[in-house]
Amino acid sequence: MPTFFEKKQLVTPGEMLAEGDYLPGENTYVEAGKIYASRIGLVDSDNKKVNVVALRAFYVPKMGDIIIGTVLEVGFNGWTVDIKAPYTAMLRASDVLSRPFKPQSDELSQVLTAGDLIVAKIATFDRAHDPQLTVGEPGLGKITRGQILHVTPTKIPRIIGRKGSMISMIKQETNCQIILGLNGVILVTGKTLDEEVLAISVIRKIEEESHTSGLTDRITQLLKEKKIVKVEENKVE
Amino acid sequence: MNEKPDKLIDKKGIRTDGRKADELRSVKLQVGVLSHADGSAYIEHGKNKILAAAFGPREVHPKHLMQADRMVLKVRYHMAPFSVQERKSPAPSRREVELSKVIKESLEPALFLELYPRTGVDVFIEVLQADGGTRCAAITAAALAIADAGVPMRDLVVGCAAGKIDDTVVLDLYDAEDKLGAADLPVAYMPSLNAITLLQMDGSLEPAEFEKAVGMAIEGCKKIYEMQKEALKTKYMVVKEVEE
Amino acid sequence: MSSLVTKVRSKQIEMLLEKGKRLDDRGLLDTREIKIEQGVIEKAEGSARVYLGKTQVLVGVKVGLGEPFPDTPNEGVLTVNAELVPVASPNFEPGPPDENSIELARVVDRGIRESKCIDNEKLCIAPGKKVFVVFVDIYVLNHDGNLIDASALAAMAALMNTKMPNYEVKDGELKMKQGYTPLPVKSHPITVTTGKISGHLIVDPWIEEEQVMDSRITFATKEDGSICAIQKGGSGYFTPQQILEASKIALDKAVELRKKLDW
Repeated sequence: MPTFFEKKQLVTPGEMLAEGDYLPGENTYVEAGKIYASRIGLVDSDNKKVNVVALRAFYVPKMGDIIIGTVLEVGFNGWTVDIKAPYTAMLRASDVLSRPFKPQSDELSQVLTAGDLIVAKIATFDRAHDPQLTVGEPGLGKITRGQILHVTPTKIPRIIGRKGSMISMIKQETNCQIILGLNGVILVTGKTLDEEVLAISVIRKIEEESHTSGLTDRITQLLKEKKIVKVEENKVE
Repeated sequence: MNEKPDKLIDKKGIRTDGRKADELRSVKLQVGVLSHADGSAYIEHGKNKILAAAFGPREVHPKHLMQADRMVLKVRYHMAPFSVQERKSPAPSRREVELSKVIKESLEPALFLELYPRTGVDVFIEVLQADGGTRCAAITAAALAIADAGVPMRDLVVGCAAGKIDDTVVLDLYDAEDKLGAADLPVAYMPSLNAITLLQMDGSLEPAEFEKAVGMAIEGCKKIYEMQKEALKTKYMVVKEVEE
Repeated sequence: MSSLVTKVRSKQIEMLLEKGKRLDDRGLLDTREIKIEQGVIEKAEGSARVYLGKTQVLVGVKVGLGEPFPDTPNEGVLTVNAELVPVASPNFEPGPPDENSIELARVVDRGIRESKCIDNEKLCIAPGKKVFVVFVDIYVLNHDGNLIDASALAAMAALMNTKMPNYEVKDGELKMKQGYTPLPVKSHPITVTTGKISGHLIVDPWIEEEQVMDSRITFATKEDGSICAIQKGGSGYFTPQQILEASKIALDKAVELRKKLDW
């Protein structure tokens, strides 16, 4: 019952990871009793479960996920929304209006129109049907300001950090509000453009170095340095 | 190509480009060479220069091609007008249509098509320069592009041909050998699963030669597979060095 | 080309194969009944209709005059085209050839061309200037599976039935003469397709099997037992052992068919 990898080893699709008494975890599959990787990533095992943390993946909607999407089209009774997934999502008019939709009087494009950004939650999804969104909860709805960036969805957990430590540090040090869409779309809203730019550069760094150790320390360092630079710049002026 | 050489392989077993019978041409691979594609790869296999880009999974266009129970893979193999000696019309030839189909069918066994119903992955292959064995090199690059797009795969698919020149079974024919030789046998292979996903042949082979050629092509595939894995890792390894 | 097959049907096919049986009561390596009619189209220089079980393919051969390719100035020209006409299947639509008909034509073409079964130099009238052009048009009339083998058989049967007009060259002028000579067909390649369904290899898959099989492999072979063309198709794979097994099956079946057809 051997395994064929070292912890955190970089593996490619098709590499055999384990044989025998192991369970296939994320981004792996079983063929004739052997576990293989199905994506490029870092392999790890948790008890008897072999996982590959993918370095490249795409977003597959899951019920309850908070995502950020772009309105594509205004339809008869709702909107189609691009959620950076293989499937286009639907947001029903009745969900936004919180009452039955009346085609005679309700002009949907005045509520949301093509190009608008929304924070929404995946209400239903089962792969046979396109995902349905809801915005009927606090914190969800149309985005009016801030900056958007895209990352590979698999990096979102690293940006959140252990028990949210990373993201709260960034928020605190940059004074920005940050919404992490699980589909890899991130909204950064600060009081000034400088604050937003700093937050974005930190997130980019985490994205690039997400699978290296000592990342938290380096990010802390980076935030401190940038802050000092800014204070000094202010002094000069 | 006006003059046919007397011999494509000499008494010492050396071919017209200096290689031995079971020797590959040089292969160079690079992953993530295009910024707008979800995944991409570039291959130089001998003088072949080929670019592959993968998009998706995404909605299938045109819509009627969508499958309710599985993902649809579309592949376009296309040769640039300047890729060959005589200018090739950019309109797809019958050969390109057939190759697009067999390349698609060589990649499909690597994908978990049933996992993402109603979606599609598009693979575009542009042959910038051709020197024999383009379909095999294209498959090697296309598999990397798909992996680079983050689409789950059973294994990387790798292509390599064997064939026969004069009376000798040889590996990886280049253009002149392909045109003047006795047989060309392109193979695509998934090494981890010992699975042949493309096999074609034209020419003339005795059953024993056929068996030898298949074996030789598989050995060639295994060598390129190692380079393929390295190329994929190289793109994602850059990040790891930061630690040191 | 696939249409949805019910899950029950595909299970049924697999279970039968486990027991070495098939839906239409054939053994795994049995070919369906073959019937060949030659000379069915009087206006064509050669023709044949082949029935492979319920699959029906008609091939017409037209012989015309044209220029040789610059790299083969002493040889006639062969072109093979295939039409999957809508009468043959609810899944065939009118329109330009799709990837399936192009693949079909090219696989049949490869079998004929690579076997060198036509004495091409006898099709040359004036080297580099004038040669006979042989147009092989494959018309699939009823698609009940294994179009490749049926079409290859029909193409060969039609070529064997083809006649070329007599001619003479006088003072550099080409003049047609009375009468015809048969097309110089030297040998007869035989094409055998093997399908793979959940690990089982079956010869001559018919339509219901094609809809559930994961891949196929086609071998064209010559009288001397050598292989002249191969094509793998379908979205599955073969192990190297299965490939070698399929090549042996194809060679054995070819011997059997040659005997049966007296080719």
